[in-house]
Amino acid sequence: MTDMHPADRGAAAEPASFAFDAESEAQIAALVAKYPPGRQASAVIGALYVAQGQMRRATGSAWLPRVAMDAVARRLSMPPIRVYEAATFYLMFNTRPIGRFHLQVCTTTPCWLRGSDAVVAACRAATGIGGWGETSEDGMFTMTEVECLGACVNAPVIQVNDDFYEDLDAEHTERLIAALRRGEPPAPGSMIGRQTSAPVGGPTTLTTLTPGTPGAAE
Amino acid sequence: MLRDQDRIFTNLYGLQDWRLAGARARGDWDRTAAIMARGPDAIVEEMKASGLRGRGGAGFPTGMKWSFMPKQEGDRPHYLVVNADESEPGTCKDRDIMRHDPHKLIEGCLLASFAMRAHACYIYIRGEFFDEARRLQAAIDEAYEAGLIGRDACGSGWRFDLFLHRGAGAYICGEETALLESLEGKKGMPRLKPPFPAAVGLYGCPTTVNNVESIAVAPTILRRGAAWFSALGRPKNAGPKVFCISGHVEKPCNVEEELGIPLRELIERYAGGVRGGWDNLLGVIPGGASVPVIPKSICDTVLMDFDSLRDVKSGLGTAAVIVMDRSTDIIRAIARLSRFYKHESCGQCTPCREGTGWMMRVMDRMVEGRAEPEEIDTLEQVTRQVEGHTICALGDAAAWPIQGLIRHFRPVMEERIAHYKAGRTPRPMPLAAE
Repeated sequence: MTDMHPADRGAAAEPASFAFDAESEAQIAALVAKYPPGRQASAVIGALYVAQGQMRRATGSAWLPRVAMDAVARRLSMPPIRVYEAATFYLMFNTRPIGRFHLQVCTTTPCWLRGSDAVVAACRAATGIGGWGETSEDGMFTMTEVECLGACVNAPVIQVNDDFYEDLDAEHTERLIAALRRGEPPAPGSMIGRQTSAPVGGPTTLTTLTPGTPGAAE
Repeated sequence: MLRDQDRIFTNLYGLQDWRLAGARARGDWDRTAAIMARGPDAIVEEMKASGLRGRGGAGFPTGMKWSFMPKQEGDRPHYLVVNADESEPGTCKDRDIMRHDPHKLIEGCLLASFAMRAHACYIYIRGEFFDEARRLQAAIDEAYEAGLIGRDACGSGWRFDLFLHRGAGAYICGEETALLESLEGKKGMPRLKPPFPAAVGLYGCPTTVNNVESIAVAPTILRRGAAWFSALGRPKNAGPKVFCISGHVEKPCNVEEELGIPLRELIERYAGGVRGGWDNLLGVIPGGASVPVIPKSICDTVLMDFDSLRDVKSGLGTAAVIVMDRSTDIIRAIARLSRFYKHESCGQCTPCREGTGWMMRVMDRMVEGRAEPEEIDTLEQVTRQVEGHTICALGDAAAWPIQGLIRHFRPVMEERIAHYKAGRTPRPMPLAAE
């Protein structure tokens, strides 16, 4: 099994069983409480996140083995097929093991116009990953092509696990991946020091309101 | 130009405190109970009078939408659902509202729910916005602790609960009925309308779905008055709006401006201008990926509002302005959007499921020029067969960018084909399904 490529370990990695730990149980109880009685199926996306998060804690790989989906189905009194449907319909659930860092690279038109091709090439070069959906030999990185992440004025953008890294180019991408490899993820956000979605160089509006001015109170 | 004191999102860039104390200093939660004391009907009338049109893309009058809810609560509870599934390529405005001005949204949720006699509201936020969800939840917790929402919201006697619900990566869930399906724990597949959500929505109950920005501007409208709001912008296109300017500009950014600002002024004043100067402009997608591209000749003079952009056969959409300079391979830029829609089609309706794939494959050949000139017409006809023949608007959204490309850049496509032919032997037009 050791010579198997990480991306092919799905079936092999399937654990024999899965049970929610205390942390997960508390999270699921809080989720279910958001919905009216009998509507606990509404918590399915949340519960799948919880299961995926527990897999990350336990194995370092945030993914959903079938036994975890079954645990969600039991917990929410849903037919297992309904849980499988949700887990496969929504892109953020990984039905195969992934690397420790999930590089979710946006290549939709706004990112592409700002140079996402160079970011993709830098990801490949820095991780040795050949194509989309693959995991690096060392199990550190999985690279996934994603559609618009909703940070287009800070394009190009990569989401690494939960965090957005913005205003990237090839050099910043390589530096980001090197930092992740060292286990020192940089603070998320703009990689060129921009103030969120303000233009480079600082805001050109909202400059006449002193901090704390009730702009809306007249 | 919009004056700073007329801007609603005074912490758009997050330079100030997003927490309750900072929000109060900016005027949020100021005598909210007094607004509620006017009563639900007065609030709906004020929203109608303001002329606010929905900020999520369709531009439907918000006050009128609220008025569709039953006037009395019957056996079934009412719900407000806020669409925070911001995923339209080019659009990143709701993200700023949720991470920098979350209390404007929360106060808006209370007032809108009260106006529609809803005791509960769900905010459906896209799964990728992990940090934004964490912050918004923290702000919701603050509002509960301060008694602004909960058993006796703002001391008004109104019980109001607000819940945050995370999606998990599906563009289609931004469609209101797909969002409701997803919120119920199912795959995000749009429902047939009618019945409309105001009659049969979440859990079969009367429901209104509104965009984040539409809800977040409501408290300011109710505080400063419909007359203030409707004096900004242009007739039937009232108010300020957050614009997202991306692509080939010197300084991409979000900015709040009046509807009706000339596109050229928007780009040159706030985004540092087109890379290489205005004359280097090729075209603009003015309202997010699904609206048709407009060429420079239209960009020179067009105004940024619902009706002006409709008049040039495009749309304001979400006001996400995607700028492309003359270095852009415009066919590839639109083909990438075709791939987007192919990826995001839920697969429920045949014209969309099959059509988005077919259009993507033909568009990919158009990028190479590996096509016959008459296939451009075939492609155009197929977009017309997808458009309007599906349950939801995703089919339309997939068709429109291609129609815009053919309308304005057909010579570029023909030239690409001729160029390809010059280098290769012609290939017969494929007869089988692509």
